[in-house]
Amino acid sequence: MADITVGVVVFPGSNCDHDTMHAVASFDGVKPVMLWHGSHDLQGAKAILLPGGFSYGDYLRAGSIARFSPIMKEVVEAAGRGMPVLGICNGFQVLLESGLLEGALSRNRDKKFLCCDTFIKPVNCSTMFTSLYRQEEVLSIPIAHGEGNYFAPPETVASLLEHDQVVFRYCDANGRVRDETNPNGSVGNIAGIVNRAGNVLGLMPHPERASEKLLGSDDGRRLFESLFRQL
Amino acid sequence: MAYTAKITVTLRQSILDVQGKAVEHALLNLGYGSVGSARIGKYIEVLINEEDRGAAERVCNEICLKLLSNPVMENYSFELEQVN
Repeated sequence: MADITVGVVVFPGSNCDHDTMHAVASFDGVKPVMLWHGSHDLQGAKAILLPGGFSYGDYLRAGSIARFSPIMKEVVEAAGRGMPVLGICNGFQVLLESGLLEGALSRNRDKKFLCCDTFIKPVNCSTMFTSLYRQEEVLSIPIAHGEGNYFAPPETVASLLEHDQVVFRYCDANGRVRDETNPNGSVGNIAGIVNRAGNVLGLMPHPERASEKLLGSDDGRRLFESLFRQL
Repeated sequence: MAYTAKITVTLRQSILDVQGKAVEHALLNLGYGSVGSARIGKYIEVLINEEDRGAAERVCNEICLKLLSNPVMENYSFELEQVN
């Protein structure tokens, strides 16, 4: 059987594209391809990953200019047809700016750029991205961002909760969701959300940086595996 | 007609402005006890070539909503100045 193609979008300023390619390539039967931001060609990809980084230098707002790149027009259309799309960190910011996900990410509560391990837990394991996780299990996955403070108006948050669209929350080593274990001030400790249809996931933590034991954790691996099993 | 749009984008009041807070604390530390609630925004100038002021305003609103601000967390305002 031919390998399944998975596209990793490369914007000017992406810096986790190679890490993401590396993580994807470690799965049997999956072939990652880089998709240049200026192209309209998804190269037959069955899923799209938007990597972390500083697309377009984070000018204006993180992700605000990347959303208008030619490849994003195709990604938005494909997502509308049900293609799985995963946005990590800056990729999550791009998904919010492009309207594929609801809400916004603003400056971290404590003003600092945070680069550290965090504990998160999946609170919805019925998505195509989390099916191999156990509900509420504690995962160690790093974050690296300055603008990861998730915000949405109360009615949007209520709607996300009502439709089980909150997928990951920041927690402590015991899985408790508390303000002290909220690294960036995100409303409700939200670390990742999915769209209503369930095919677009955005999260601030970096699963590709926790995809093999050598990196200190392979807790992020099952996110990719869950997704690839669906393709 | 050419107009210079002088656009200001600020975080909504409901959003914590961490940069503004830091500046506010610095001002208080400098001894300016009468100063409070500093908010930091962006200032953007754009030249708009349109038939008349109404058309320029329409374009300006459109670019503010589409790109220059994020309506989820930011407000914008602008002034148009005719360029001679």
